[in-house]
Amino acid sequence: MRIKATATALLCMASLMGTTASADPARQAMLVNTCVACHGEAGNSVGPAIPTLAGLSPNYLMGAMLAYKYPDADELEAVIDADPAFEDVEAFNRYGTIMNRLASGYTEEEIKMIAAYFSDQEMQRATQDFDSAQAKKGKKLHTKYCEKCHEDEGRVADDDTGVLAGQWAPYFLYSMADFNNGDRDMPKKMKIKLKEIQDSVGHAGFEQLAHYYASITD
Amino acid sequence: MKKLNRRDFIKYGSGTVAAGAVTLGAPNIALGSTKKVVVVGGGAGGAIAAKYIKRADSSIDVTLIETNKEYYTCFMSNEVLGGDRDISTIRHGYEGLKKHGINVVHAKATGVDHDSKKVVTDAGDSFGYDRLVLSPGVSLKYGVIEGYDEAAAEAMPHAWKAGPQTGLLRKQLVEMKDGGTVIIAPPGNPFRCPPGPYERACQIAHYLKHNKPKSKILVIDAKDKFSKQGLFMQGWKACYDGMIDWVPAADTGGGVTSVNAAEMTVSTDFDDIQGDVINIIPPQHAGHIAHVAGVTDDSGWCPVNLGTFESKIHAGVYVIGDASAAKGMPKSGYAANSQGKVCATAIVASLNDIEMTAPSYVNTCYSLIAPDYGISVAAVYRLAEDHSKIAKVAGGLTPGDASKEALQREVQYAYSWYDNIVADMFT
Repeated sequence: MRIKATATALLCMASLMGTTASADPARQAMLVNTCVACHGEAGNSVGPAIPTLAGLSPNYLMGAMLAYKYPDADELEAVIDADPAFEDVEAFNRYGTIMNRLASGYTEEEIKMIAAYFSDQEMQRATQDFDSAQAKKGKKLHTKYCEKCHEDEGRVADDDTGVLAGQWAPYFLYSMADFNNGDRDMPKKMKIKLKEIQDSVGHAGFEQLAHYYASITD
Repeated sequence: MKKLNRRDFIKYGSGTVAAGAVTLGAPNIALGSTKKVVVVGGGAGGAIAAKYIKRADSSIDVTLIETNKEYYTCFMSNEVLGGDRDISTIRHGYEGLKKHGINVVHAKATGVDHDSKKVVTDAGDSFGYDRLVLSPGVSLKYGVIEGYDEAAAEAMPHAWKAGPQTGLLRKQLVEMKDGGTVIIAPPGNPFRCPPGPYERACQIAHYLKHNKPKSKILVIDAKDKFSKQGLFMQGWKACYDGMIDWVPAADTGGGVTSVNAAEMTVSTDFDDIQGDVINIIPPQHAGHIAHVAGVTDDSGWCPVNLGTFESKIHAGVYVIGDASAAKGMPKSGYAANSQGKVCATAIVASLNDIEMTAPSYVNTCYSLIAPDYGISVAAVYRLAEDHSKIAKVAGGLTPGDASKEALQREVQYAYSWYDNIVADMFT
């Protein structure tokens, strides 16, 4: 029977997908399969320059993909405003080397499916080298400047902030460079905080934060 | 070339003829109700197909037949030639795939019997299948360049299959005198890894620049243009100005036509040229087993349904990776990875008698010009409405005006790309 066979297939695909709920798990699996050879199994990257996507919030992930897809700020905002599913997505332009070339290959519906998948996966915090003294300094900076939004030492995702704890340090530093030189947009509050870090400890502060987030593995 | 006989009874190892004959007339019943898939070739396509079939439907019995116990990735092997990478870092084993419940058999597949649906190996074993995946990569066409045969490849390595050939070419570079000439002879299209020869020129130049700066690299091409050409030429000028001389086919009447391994010379229609190290990258066609199985056409590659990678010649047989004629996609490692997943989805759907979801494909390909200078090409593809090609819907090259910082990042992305793609294949 067709219906029974489809149910079996859905079950099969669900096993590939983990426990994610999607209207079309087979389609979702097909799409994310194209991502994971670079972003790692279930979006847990084992390459330090490429970010882990697992466990990030759907709004964060959709926002990232849309920003890569629509480099024009007005167009990005228009796309986000036009779709109720993007209601809580914030439009921050993003600099990319390769994702900006790839993202426009996916429709908005596909971006939703991809985001839903990776947000459903459990983040495996990367095991990476760090310097304890630096991490200690980074912790202080985090508490003072970052914790208010990036709660629980940067572990929380469901407030749509980027997960910092256990994210790859090289990727984190690329992101900080992009924020600081204006290649990537951010909330006003964050802009103020980054400037405060710059003014108080200079660029070394971001290195210290990188050591700190790298030190968090639980 | 002699056309392969399309009769379905293709070829047997001598020891298995009798056994094959017994099953030939019998109806095609798999033992019990277990569905069986055999994958031949454990590289960028085959390892992925095997793993993703098993993961999508663990009730399917998956056997992976691969000659080598250790696999050397072609990707990053140019960095071994440049000296920045040890060959052990591109060597991978199959333990990870075994843990998924895949039956990994180290033997050479020597024949396919389409009637009884069996693959035979040089060990005399045979493996029945409901669906067969062939991912054999490329075979090098010896003899097209006169004098270039397997023996000549020991003097003039191709290094187009990573492993001992990579080590041999590296050794020759290390032993070469300063002031020597390295000749690289890339083939015409299509061939494995279109940007590969030009990345190789960069990596060899990187080694020579720091160790043998009076040396030269002469790229005698069988083509008049090549992949990422503008970016490579920009990179050559920026990093190795004057060291790499690329000679298009138009200047030689079509590139290298013959070699003399004893004299270490290559000949074009116009000239005989002496080299101290000579890297001949010969023309290629689908890996041997694809020819044996009769799934190649006159082009030497395998025509497939581009939405499933099922052979257009033999139903139930799928061909992925470099061996397939995947119109629209390059012959790259990431393309093979992507095709392996599409093919796995198609096979699982077909064995469960359900309709397959629309395929989606990606290619990402990095080339390392120098330790702080990387470039890439990337694309997202969909199946064209009329199924005539795998159509690019997005993508492109590193921009020509990319900043130094961006080019540095691309190197780091390339390394992380490597970490993730080999984890996808082997863990």
